[in-house]
Amino acid sequence: MADKTREWKVSFDGENKGIAWVMKDDVSTDDIIAGKFLEIRDLENLSAHVFERFENDFARKVKPGDVIIAGNNFGCGSSREQAPYLLKLLGIGAIFACSFARIFYRNAINIGLPAIVIDRKYYTSFKASDPVTYTFDPPAVTIVRSKMKYPLQPLPAFFTSILRAGGAIPLLKEELAKR
Amino acid sequence: MKGISLSGRETILQPATMPGTIVEKIFASHAVKGTPVIGEIVECKVDLLMMHEMLGDQVARIAREAGLENVWDSSKIVTILDHWIPAPSEKVAMIHQEYRRFVKRHGIKHDLGMTAGVCHVAVPDSGLVKPGMFIVGSDSHTTTYGALNCFSTGIGATDSTVVLAKGTNWFKVPETIRVDLVGRLPTLSTGKDVALQMLGQFGTEGLNYKSLEIGLKEPASLPMSGRFTIGNLGVEMGAKCVIFEPDKLLDAWLIEHVTSDYKTVYPDPGAAYERKLAIDLPRVEPLVAAPPSPSNVKPASELAGKEVDQVFIGSCTNGRLDDLQLAAKVLKNKKIHDRVRCIIIPASRAVYEGALKEGLIEQFVKAGAIVEYPTCGPCMGGHMGLLGPGEVCVSTSNRNFPGRMGAFDAEIYLASPATAMASAVHGKIIDPREA
Repeated sequence: MADKTREWKVSFDGENKGIAWVMKDDVSTDDIIAGKFLEIRDLENLSAHVFERFENDFARKVKPGDVIIAGNNFGCGSSREQAPYLLKLLGIGAIFACSFARIFYRNAINIGLPAIVIDRKYYTSFKASDPVTYTFDPPAVTIVRSKMKYPLQPLPAFFTSILRAGGAIPLLKEELAKR
Repeated sequence: MKGISLSGRETILQPATMPGTIVEKIFASHAVKGTPVIGEIVECKVDLLMMHEMLGDQVARIAREAGLENVWDSSKIVTILDHWIPAPSEKVAMIHQEYRRFVKRHGIKHDLGMTAGVCHVAVPDSGLVKPGMFIVGSDSHTTTYGALNCFSTGIGATDSTVVLAKGTNWFKVPETIRVDLVGRLPTLSTGKDVALQMLGQFGTEGLNYKSLEIGLKEPASLPMSGRFTIGNLGVEMGAKCVIFEPDKLLDAWLIEHVTSDYKTVYPDPGAAYERKLAIDLPRVEPLVAAPPSPSNVKPASELAGKEVDQVFIGSCTNGRLDDLQLAAKVLKNKKIHDRVRCIIIPASRAVYEGALKEGLIEQFVKAGAIVEYPTCGPCMGGHMGLLGPGEVCVSTSNRNFPGRMGAFDAEIYLASPATAMASAVHGKIIDPREA
């Protein structure tokens, strides 16, 4: 489960590889982690319930470096930061979606999980469990099966700097230490 | 250039800039530097940070990790416990303990504690929310406060921690969509039905990242409670914020609730909108959002006959006194249907007291309803009435995502208090005008 990812970190400079978890439009934070589980404070125990509605044992099946490829409005709903946090904890390397709900997007960048927009015409090329490779510089994802490489929407430099720092908290920590 | 303010103090007037929408003017007055431009990211000063259980659950831990010693301004933070009241488990009790330790250690001035009610009802009622403010809250439905002519949006735990430490955060300057509400609502149609109609029209991401600015042609056409409901549901359309233009009804509400100074914000003539549209209130009928999405909106009459297991009247969307009064008016002296458990949760202590005074609680209990103390409770799958597999619930809350209130295959239908209570009595979904 979650502990397998301890040693793994997404590479912002090199190539990453994993399996594509292809999802539809309007995946909500309740789909990612339902409110009824939120009283579980231990995040590793909580992670066992991620995507429980869609996939039996997602937490066991997902491997470090896997990506989520989703339609529009990914992460709609609640402000719960556990949603992107648990995905990162389980080893999801990045989320490529046609669009993101705004609080989820902020939360993902803030905890250091790349959330990047993919054009809908490319999104439809992905099939469940497609092995993929992806890079952030330049931002692109390749389907290994078809060898087709798709560009991703470039992230503003401001967001890239937060992601490279590992999220907003390491940056805040630095700032507070200087005070 | 110098000018004289109403208080007699000398003020420096800003040079005239481009005409702005309400949100653009609030961003301009809160940007740390420069003139905000649509689409740009700017650092803004926060006037009020609202936090609920997320403080005890996550923010306190993240703040420790970041090495936070002092909060930026203990008088600009409002804290409240509302999601699980009272604690249904030892784990939640620990979240509440962590919250209290933080509040005490940092001397948070405005701690509303665990008996004030649901944040989006109790916080505006406390008088801390004022026109023109820049507000963030650790809850997606923080868009609610825009009914009071302020910028107000939801953020997560890390963003809340950053604001706690610095009093500022980054925000993208949103585009504005303007909606004018024209005419008056028919009897038994409510602000909830207006919001549902907008959800059907805009969809779940039609307003993503945008500011929804709303004007009313006649102040009396929509009570403040209905405006809070529309502000609340703005986030279900993806809106970053919902801001109402000031009018007489807002003035009257502010006189009753706010004692300190404030200045209302109007859009400038010639302000640029991405889109402008009007909604004809006399044509708004009782609507229901069917699963699996708040935008899957149909006329209540189209869903009539669907058997119901549970009705929930409450939440930050529709747990205000007006909502309970409307439910009581629809209930009259009838009984809740045998097959239905009707759970009613006033959304704040003040609403609870008002309902007690007016005899509404007695009326509900005698009719066979279950009345609980203010909490978010079942709305977010917390406690006080979760759904079993395959069960059907008509709820006045805000989300009908699968699994939101319990079992993944339970069905949640979102409706107004009138439609919800009519359905509770009938045992099936019904248009309240037919009941």
